[in-house]
Amino acid sequence: MRTLRLDVPDWTGHRAGQHLDVRLTAEDGYQASRSYSIASAPGEPPAITVERLDDGEVSPYLVDEVIVGDRFELRGPVGGYFVWEAVSGGPLLLVAGGSGIVPLMSMIRHRAAEGSTAPVRLLYSSRTVADVVYREELERRAAEEDGLEVFQTLTRERPDGWRGFARRVDDELLAEVAWPPTDAARVFVCGPTGFVESVSGGLVRLGHRPELVRTERFGATG
Amino acid sequence: MSARLDGNAVAGLLGELVGRELTLATGVCGSCGASAFVAELHVYLRAPGTVVRCPACEAVLSRIVEGRGRVWLDLSGLATLELTL
Repeated sequence: MRTLRLDVPDWTGHRAGQHLDVRLTAEDGYQASRSYSIASAPGEPPAITVERLDDGEVSPYLVDEVIVGDRFELRGPVGGYFVWEAVSGGPLLLVAGGSGIVPLMSMIRHRAAEGSTAPVRLLYSSRTVADVVYREELERRAAEEDGLEVFQTLTRERPDGWRGFARRVDDELLAEVAWPPTDAARVFVCGPTGFVESVSGGLVRLGHRPELVRTERFGATG
Repeated sequence: MSARLDGNAVAGLLGELVGRELTLATGVCGSCGASAFVAELHVYLRAPGTVVRCPACEAVLSRIVEGRGRVWLDLSGLATLELTL
């Protein structure tokens, strides 16, 4: 994973949860375009956190090759469905699988930047502790920021003394972490397709209203 | 099936073609009549071109092909697309 801070001339500003499209053009004119969620808070320059996919066309370049000063084409900010604004309040349930944390991190940073007291619970599933993105920042924010609770689960391998959850996000785990459906929390779920569908299905089975559950799926197109 | 994404994945391209944000537009399926936000439609990027399907019945709603500096946008599977003015 690598985070790139982008200096975009005439950037119109973004909302928490939006993404942007990166388009690369090879010397022979071949073009490849990929979407990346914006990790930074609104009001800051856009930053993207990119996971390197070995057989990808764009991510190996962004992770391994780009150096400060390189230029490439962007389209964005994009999206209006998977967006949270501090003024719309909480409670908020954020559920991330793997690098699905990125747009949710923008929401968490936005909440802090705006001084919002909206109660937020983040449930974040990773394979191993090495795969946890923004680990230190999340620990620090959870300790310092009132109303922000961070729940982590590691599905493959746990370090000694791990105090988080140690299993896949199933209905039982969702019931343990989520606000009661009667609280009518707004829910944002982001991750690989299978993860998103299992979590959003589980939340609806637990009684959460489908219209309050917003989802964004990403795929390994790299 | 593993390559299935959702309408968020085509938001940038559609937004550029139409000139406005479309993920919160509501699409109605011409086959089964189900309605959904564009963000909730099923999207397959790894087909030849991009294929957008109804999340309720999997009918093809739209196909998008880019190449040679052009875009072909087929919306023949959609009954309507409703946008807020």
